[in-house]
Parts: sequence; structure tokens; C-alpha cells
Amino acid sequence: MKLYLSRDAAAKALGSEEVAEAILSEAAARGIEVSLTRTGSRGMTWLEPLLEVERDGVRHGYGPMTPETVPALFDGTLDGLGPVEAIPFFARQNRLTFARVGLIDPLSLAEYEAHGGLSGLRRALGMRAEHIIDEVKESGLRGRGGAGFPTGIKWDTVRLAPVERKYIVCNADEGDSGTFADRMLIEGDPLSLIEGMVIAGLGTGATQGYVYIRSEYPDAIAVMQEAIDIARANGVLGDVMGSGRRFDMEVRVGAGAYVCGEETSLLNSLEGKRGVVRAKPPLPALEGFLGRPTVVNNVLSLATIPVIFEKGAAHYAGLGLGRSKGTMPIQIAGNVARGGLFETAFGMPLGELVKDVAGGTATGRPVKAVQVGGPLGAYFAPGQFDTPFGYEEFDGAGGLIGHAGIVVFDDSADMLGLARFAMEFCAVESCGKCTPCRIGAVRGVETLDRVAKGDASAVPLLVDLCETMKDGSLCALGGFTPYPVLSALRLFPEEFAAQQEAAE
Amino acid sequence: MPASQTVSPAGVEEIIARHLHREGPLLPILHDLQDHFGCIPAEARPAIAAALNITQAEVHGVISFYHDFREEPAGRHVLKICRSEACQSMGGTALGEAVLTLLGLGWGETSADGRITVEPVYCLGLCACAPAAMVNGKLKGRAEAKALVAEVSA
Ligand SMILES: Cc1cc2nc3c(=O)[nH]c(=O)nc-3n(C[C@H](O)[C@H](O)[C@H](O)COP(=O)(O)O)c2cc1C
Ligand code: FES
Repeated sequence: MKLYLSRDAAAKALGSEEVAEAILSEAAARGIEVSLTRTGSRGMTWLEPLLEVERDGVRHGYGPMTPETVPALFDGTLDGLGPVEAIPFFARQNRLTFARVGLIDPLSLAEYEAHGGLSGLRRALGMRAEHIIDEVKESGLRGRGGAGFPTGIKWDTVRLAPVERKYIVCNADEGDSGTFADRMLIEGDPLSLIEGMVIAGLGTGATQGYVYIRSEYPDAIAVMQEAIDIARANGVLGDVMGSGRRFDMEVRVGAGAYVCGEETSLLNSLEGKRGVVRAKPPLPALEGFLGRPTVVNNVLSLATIPVIFEKGAAHYAGLGLGRSKGTMPIQIAGNVARGGLFETAFGMPLGELVKDVAGGTATGRPVKAVQVGGPLGAYFAPGQFDTPFGYEEFDGAGGLIGHAGIVVFDDSADMLGLARFAMEFCAVESCGKCTPCRIGAVRGVETLDRVAKGDASAVPLLVDLCETMKDGSLCALGGFTPYPVLSALRLFPEEFAAQQEAAE
Repeated sequence: MPASQTVSPAGVEEIIARHLHREGPLLPILHDLQDHFGCIPAEARPAIAAALNITQAEVHGVISFYHDFREEPAGRHVLKICRSEACQSMGGTALGEAVLTLLGLGWGETSADGRITVEPVYCLGLCACAPAAMVNGKLKGRAEAKALVAEVSA
């Protein structure tokens, strides 16, 4: 019997290890031979632990599994979900970055290669650096960490810097609430991140890479470390595929500071300093880690590179909407019936994602608001559900897609409380370097407390404060915290006034 | 949780030495010390400063900047509860409050008997199975207050 079960952190958090144990002991008790492959997650979190049973080459799903449902599985009486790849949530995706996640053993180089792995790198090894950069530029790939900066242009700056030692730094700090794609990619297909970083090295002339992973992700840290050892032992790292070109990399672990996801703060942290934000310029591409030219890219940006080289830039650029090319691994989270990871070409309207893909709320109550792009992203109300998922489209609607996390709230959401939380979070996580963020966020909490107590004069003050934070902050932590606050105020003004009536 | 070892100068030196070849060795050193001793022992600071050729004040500045680093060991059990938005949308705030009430502790506090520390965490990447928590390094999705407290009451 050929079985597959995810070892992704979310599956574990929902009991996959207990299920794995029950399967092995039940099989032993029945004298049945099973092979149980541990994979990443297919991204259908509401079905985890999701067990897959291979029959005639097709993987059939069963989930959510519990140890108690294991005997029925072996009896053949357990209701299944049918072929996993035919489940509508999965079937309607276009998986490029996540093509192998959930499919293969993340630490098997042989399975990786059998599913297209390393073909991008082999192609890149035959190209001159400037052609590698051209390929990335032509793909239209933009940074998936939030800012959406064209990846090829960033790489070119590093390539052209006349300095010998250069770096590729992968930003795996993923601190945004509602996001987990970096974690899932690293846990489910770490070799694609390695391959992407090696190609970045070939394109820019960098020979050393670092993956900075947040400490809240112990599973991802362990898998990444193992994957690097495997890649090195098999000649993917070191002397890259015997080409005479060198690239090696190392995992570094964060220490619980949200702001260290900001690229210059991250570089300070890597250097062993306090994670305070650096003023730009100089750009990290020119003076980054230890003052040397450095590419800082998100996990998804780098892990998408191999498939761009495998299928060609035109294939990638042929997908998407306007200047948002290719696909985006969208993370659907919070109060949803079907939460998880959904990779699709840019352009799907927000409402389709929330209603059709996610199936509305988990509680069955009406959707009140959706926060897109993490704690620095704006709230959207159902009236804006026709907004297509794209960088410019969300910007035009007063928001941002950020790292593409969607957090859904039902009608019990307390928007004033959420606005207060945004300010509180900014106060807790501020690096302290600039005043608008450090002091502004504290004042923001106080001002919202006044609003909650019924002080109407505090609302214009709050708006003013938000303007100051937007204009005067050194980075997007202080600069974008006003997005959730002002959008909540704009969409639900009564919640910032109703308190007043109650107090009168 | 790592068993806290008694701090010996030789142990500290050995941990520091393991990382000196790295570019930017301070965070790896601090993580390793904390894994080993359960906190960053005050005795380690002069040794780190000397090895990296920085001041003790700089070492302290770094330790105090990051939420993860402790100057005192945590309780025997560490319970982290996510306070971020996706978890809030699924009752995370109520979960946190219920746990704190059941344990009679505030955020960041350790019980008087040193049994348990409760800490806020801002996202564990389990936002599609919220609310989320971590008990002694083990992740919990769709966490419930009573079950969490039961696990740390042993
Ligand atoms: C407060 C703050 C937190 C951030 N957190 C992250 C993060 O966790 N991961 C990430 O890739 N980018 C994060 N960014 C964006 C980075 O500064 C940077 O734009 C990104 O890593 C560049 O990679 P990309 O071009 O591939 O997106 C953050 C920015 C700010 C202001
Ligand atoms: S918001 Fe709680 S796990 Fe992400």
C-alpha cells in the first residue's frame, strides 16, 4: 500500500504525527506492508491531516484523518475525497511555484529531479550572466515579499557592482499574519529555493547565500538545513554541478522581531546587530550584507526562478494581469470554511477567492471584512470584492497585496479593536529608529482608546497622526500601519462613533 | 525545552568558538547559548564581547532588542499563544484571555513555582487553522484553552 501524508507544520499542528503512528501500528497489526512517504502539504489546510492512498497511479485523499479513523481506512470503509488533484480547490489552481509541494518527499533529490527540478539550473549554467538577468526581467517576476519590485532589475544592479564578494540573501522572516507560503514552500520543496538561489548567484556573480528564517518556524529551519546538506553532498552547492562555478549557502535563524523582515533590518540582524532599519540609499543591492552588494529576495521570488528557467520567461509572463505577471501563491486564512494555499494567475477578483474558493466563513456568518497583505495591509469590505488580485489594482483600491495573505473576518469582528491592535503591534515591533513609528504608534493606541471611550474629537487627531506616520516613517512598518487603521475607519465609521453614543 | 545546564566558562567559550568562523556570528552564538543554558547567562557577556571585539553594552543592546532572548530561564513549560489578526478572527483573543485566567498569569509571566511561562507570539504560520499555539515547541492548530492548560499542568 503506497501512502502519502504531509509533514508540514500545519498538518502536524492538526495531528498528522499521531495519524502516522496509528497507520504504522495498524498496518503492522494487520500484517500489511505499507510505504508511507512524508510530503509537504497540498495546501488544503481544512482537510489536514490529509492522507493520500495511491491506486493505479492516482492519489486518492482521505481527511481530515484522526487516529480513530485509521482502522476504517484499512477496512476499506472510510469515505474518501476522491482523487486529490480533482478536489475543486486544487483543480482550479495553476501551480508553478508550488508544483511539487505536497507531491514529493521534500528531501529526495531524485524525486525533485523527476518532477522538473534542476532543469532550470542546467539551462542557466549554459547562459551568460546578462542573459540570465534578461530571462528574469522578461518573466516580469516582481518581488513577492510585499513591495513588488522587479526582481531582474534588482539582480542587474548587483551584477553590475564592481565588487568581488556579493551575496544572495533569502528573506524567510514571513511575519505577516495570514501568510504561510514561505513556510510551506521551505517545508515542502526546499530544493527549489536552493536552485533559485544558485541561479541568482550565477546571474549576479554572488557566491554565498543566506536564508534568514524566523525562529517561529522550527520545522522549516530543520528541513532547510537538511536540504542544504543534501544539495551540498550531491554537488548542487559547492562546485555547482561540476561547472567550476561556486555557490554555497547557510541558514540563519531570526529571534522574534517582526521588523527584521524589512530588508535593511534583516541585514543588520544577519550581521549580528540590533535589527534597526537602515536609511536608503545606499540600496542593499550596492551596500548590503557587510557593506557588499546583496540581493535580498523573498522565498517565493527565489523559489519561482527555477520554473521560469525550466518553462521559459514567456510562459510565465503569459500569465497574469497587466503588470502583475505570472502566478501568486495566495494564502487564505482566518475565519474561512476552506483555508489554505491557492496558487493562481494574478487577476482573480477578491470576492471569488473569499466566496467561491474559500467558501465564505468557517462560522457560517456573513463576511464583514477581509485584511489583505498582513498587519500593514488595508481592510476590504464586501463592496470591494470585484477588485482583481494584482499589485496596481489593489493599490488603486487603497490597499496592497503584500505577501498575498487574505484574512477573513465574520460580522462579529470589532473593527475599532482591530485598528487598535494594528497600532499596538506597530508599537511592540517598532525598531525605534524613527519617531513617527516609535512614538506615533503609542499615541495611536492612546487615541483609539479615547475614541472607544466616546471622545469624537479624537477621530480627526487619529487621521492626522496616521498622515504623520505615513509621511515621516523610515520604513513601511510605521508608514503602512495607517492602512489597516484608516481603512477600518473609512469602511466602518459607525464603529468609531457608536462607542460615543453608548458613552453618552 | 532544553534542560538548563550549569554555566561554566569553558562551556561558554566552547559555544562561542563554534561560530567564530561565520560572517556575523553573534545571533548564532546567542541562539546556541540559549539552547544550551535556557537563557543568555550574564556571565557570557564579557566572553562574547571579547571574542567579537565589541563592547558589553553592544552585546546587551542586541540581546535586549530581540523578543526571543531571555536573561533569565523560562518556566519548565513554555506556552506561546498567537495574538495576530488571523487568530483573532477565530477567537484568538478569547483563547489568550481564557488561558491567562486559568493559569492566573499575565503575558510574559512565569508562575511562582517556575512551572510555566506564557508568552504572546505574533503569528506561527498556522493562520489557516487558527487559533494557534505552541506548547513546549509543539504546534497546535484550532487550539482550545482547556487542552492547552492541561498540557502544561503536568
Ligand atoms: C516591517 C516590514 C516587514 C517586512 N517583512 C518581510 C518578510 O517577512 N518577508 C519578505 O520577504 N519581505 C518583507 N518585507 C519586505 C522587504 O523589506 C523587502 O522588500 C523584500 O524582502 C524584498 O524581496 P522581494 O523583492 O523578493 O519581495 C518587509 C518590509 C517591512 C517594512
Ligand atoms: S495569525 Fe496566528 S498563526 Fe498566523
